[in-house]
Amino acid sequence: MVKIHQRKFISADPEKCVGCQICEYACSYSKEKAYNPIKSRIRLVRVNQLANMAVTCRLCEEPACVAACPRNALSQSEDTGNIILDKEKCNGCGWCIEACDYGAMMLHPETKVVYVCDLCKDKPDGPQCVKWCPEEALTVVTSDTLAQKARISAIKKLFQEKEEKQ
Amino acid sequence: MLGYAGTVLYVDLTTGKTHTEKLTDETAKKYVGGIGLGLKLWLSNSKAGVNPLSPENPLVLALGPVSGTMFPTGGNGHAFISKSPATGGVGEAVSHGTFGAELKRAGYDAIVLTGKAEKPVYLWIDDEAVQLLDASNIWGKSPFETEDAIKEELGDFYVRVASIGLAGEKQSKIACIINEKTRAAGRTGLGAVMGSKNLKAIAVRGTRDITVAKPDVFTDMVREFHERMKGPAVQKYRTLGTVDNIEVTNELMCMPTRNYSASHFEKTENINAEVLNERYVAKIIACNSCAMRCEHEALVREGPYKGSLARMEYDNLWALGPNCGVDKLDAIIRAAELCNYYGLDATSTGVTISFLMDCHEKGLLSHDQLEGIDPHFGNSEAVVQLVEKIGKREGIGQMLADGVKVAAEKIGKNASELAQHIKGLEVTGYDLRCLKTAALAAAVSFRGADHNRSGAFTLDLKGKVDRLKAEKGRGKLVKENEDIFALIDSFIVCKNSRNTFYNELGDLAKLYSAVTGAEVSAQDLSVAGERINTLAKLINIREGLTRNDDTLPWKVMNQPVSDDGPTKGAVVTQEELDLMLDDYYNARGWTVEGVPSKAKLQELGLQEFQKIVEA
Repeated sequence: MVKIHQRKFISADPEKCVGCQICEYACSYSKEKAYNPIKSRIRLVRVNQLANMAVTCRLCEEPACVAACPRNALSQSEDTGNIILDKEKCNGCGWCIEACDYGAMMLHPETKVVYVCDLCKDKPDGPQCVKWCPEEALTVVTSDTLAQKARISAIKKLFQEKEEKQ
Repeated sequence: MLGYAGTVLYVDLTTGKTHTEKLTDETAKKYVGGIGLGLKLWLSNSKAGVNPLSPENPLVLALGPVSGTMFPTGGNGHAFISKSPATGGVGEAVSHGTFGAELKRAGYDAIVLTGKAEKPVYLWIDDEAVQLLDASNIWGKSPFETEDAIKEELGDFYVRVASIGLAGEKQSKIACIINEKTRAAGRTGLGAVMGSKNLKAIAVRGTRDITVAKPDVFTDMVREFHERMKGPAVQKYRTLGTVDNIEVTNELMCMPTRNYSASHFEKTENINAEVLNERYVAKIIACNSCAMRCEHEALVREGPYKGSLARMEYDNLWALGPNCGVDKLDAIIRAAELCNYYGLDATSTGVTISFLMDCHEKGLLSHDQLEGIDPHFGNSEAVVQLVEKIGKREGIGQMLADGVKVAAEKIGKNASELAQHIKGLEVTGYDLRCLKTAALAAAVSFRGADHNRSGAFTLDLKGKVDRLKAEKGRGKLVKENEDIFALIDSFIVCKNSRNTFYNELGDLAKLYSAVTGAEVSAQDLSVAGERINTLAKLINIREGLTRNDDTLPWKVMNQPVSDDGPTKGAVVTQEELDLMLDDYYNARGWTVEGVPSKAKLQELGLQEFQKIVEA
C-alpha cells in the first residue's frame, strides 16, 4: 500500500479559489461529455461571498467510505490510494456518502451508483480540474507538500511583518 | 438546435397555472436569446398601453444560447425584460452569477410571468416540476435573507435564487431583482414589476446536461478565451476593477459631481481604486464559468459601518459617492450594501439622493420634509439614512422611492431642472455635456439614461473621436455599438469581457456556430443586432414614446460645465442634439421622427409588427 505521505490528492487553496466552478465543468465534461455540475467529482462551495472553496476526495488513510460500504463495492488502490468502485456491487445505498466527511462521494443521477474523483488516472495530462483552473487554486499534492507550503508562507509572513515594523 | 433548451415556460400567477411552449429554431435564430428573445416574447404577450404595474404586464426572464456552457462569462447570465414602470417604455436588465446557468439546466430558454398572485408567492422550478409556494414568511425580507431562507426550506444548498427586497415589494420604481446576494438586474425598476405580481422570488434547480454542437471547436475557444482573459484586454477588471474609472473620468473632467454641479471631484484620492483595494477589498470572486473574475467584495473592517460588505463597481461607488459629494468609502460601502439589502438599483438610488441634496441646497424643500436629516452635499451619514428611507418607502422615502422624475413632480417649482434622468431613468457616471457621443447614445437608448446600451462613452474617453464636438458620423458609431451591445446581452456574455472578443462579431459568430451547430456569419449577427434594437424601438413607439423623449436632462442642455479645464463651458445644445439625432435616425434607416420604415421592417424580418409604425 502506498504510504500516506506519498499519496497524491487534489487540494484547493481557499485564498486563491474565486468560486468560478470551472473545475466542475472541466470534470463533468471530461468524465461525462456534458456540462453539468451534478456530474462533477469536484464541487464548489461558496458559503458566503468571502468563503469559496472546491472540495473533492482526500484519499484518506483508512477511508470511511470504504469501511461504511456494506457490499464491499469500495476499495482503496494499493498503488495510488485512489478510491475504487465496483459498479456491479454498488446499489446506491449511500452509506459511503454519509460516512465521508468531505462530501466527496456522490450518487450519480443516471447510473444510480456512487462516483468519486479518480484523479483522472486515464488522462496523460492529469486531473482536468487542475489543468483548467484559471486561478491555479487547485494542485495535486501530498500532505507533505501542503505542510511545506504552509510552513514557507507562515515564515514569509512573519518576516514580512518584521520588515514592516522596522 | 443545441444551445437552446427549446422550451419557454409560461406562468400565470393569477390562476397558478403553468404551461410550456416550444421555442422554434426560427425564433431562436432570429432573436438570438437574452434581451432579443425577451423583447420578442414581451411584445407578443402584451397589449399596447399596458400599465407596467398591472397583472397584464408580463415579466420575461430569458437566457442566451451559451447559458449553461463552460464559455467564460457566457455560461452565467440572465436577462429580465418587461415594460418599465420608470420609463413607460422598454424595461430590461441583465445580471450574471450562477442563476442563469441553473435555469438553463432546468430546461428553459425563457419564462413569461403574467398575472398577479393573491398572496405573496415564490416560484420553485425543479427541472420540469414547477410550483408556486407560499412566501408569506419571507415577505419583507432582504434578497440575501430570502435566498438563505428558501435554500433552508427546500433543503438544497445549490438552489439558485433571484428575488426582490422590500423596495420591490413596495413597488418602488428604482427597485431591482437580485440574485446570489450581490448581483443585480439593476436598471429600469423591474423589481417593482415583480413586486406588483406578489412574486417574491424565483428559485431554480436544474440537473440536465448541457452539450454543444462542436465540442472540439468550442473547447479550443474556451481555452483561447481563458488565455485572452489573462492578458491586457481585461487587466483593469482583474486588478483594480471598474472603480479604476474614477480617476479616469475625473482627470478628463467628465465625472458628474454633486448632481452635475461639477464635472470634477476634488477628493478622489480618498475613494479611488487604490484605496478601495488596499483598505477594503477582502476578496475578488467570479461568476459561474468566468476566467477573468472581477467581482470586488469590499468589507468595512472598523468604525460605525464595521461589517458592511458590498460588491463595489464604478457606478455604485460614483452614484453614492462623488455624485453626492461624499468621499468616505466606509459609508459608500454601507450605502451600497443597503441598496442590496432593500433591493434598490444603486445607481438610481444615488442619483435620487443627489437630486434631493441639490433641491435642499437650492432651498426647494421645507424643514418639515427632511425629518431631521441634513441632506447637504458631502454628508455621508445622510446618504446612508436616505437609502434606508427609500428602501422602506418611509417618510421622505415615500417622495423619493420612485426616482427623480416622480420626486421632481412631487416637489414642483423648478425641481425638474435638477432631475438627472432620461425617459425617467436616472443617469450614470459619465458627464454627457463633455462626452457627446455618449450624450447621443444616452438620448436614444431604448431603456433611458444608460451607458450600457452601446458603450459609446468609451469612444469619447479613449479619444477616438473629439468628445466635445457634435458632428455627423456619430449616429453611425452609436448604431454600430448598440448593435454589438444588443448581441452581447442576447448571447448573453459579459460586457466586462467585451475586449476579449478581438474579432467582435466574427468571434461571436464562431461561438454561436460552435454551440448551436447553426452556421451564422458576422453579417447575420450584425443584422440580428439591428433587429433587436429596432424591435426595442417598436416597443417604445407602441407605448407612446416619440422623438421628444430622445432627449437629455435639463442640466446637460442648459448648464455648461463650470470647472476650469478642458471641458469648461461644455454643454449639449438643442441644435447639437437635433443634428446628432437626425444623423442617428438616418443611420438606422428611420424617419426624422425616429420611426422605422416599413421597408426597414421588411428587411429585418419584422413585418409582423408593421401595425405599430402604421398607427
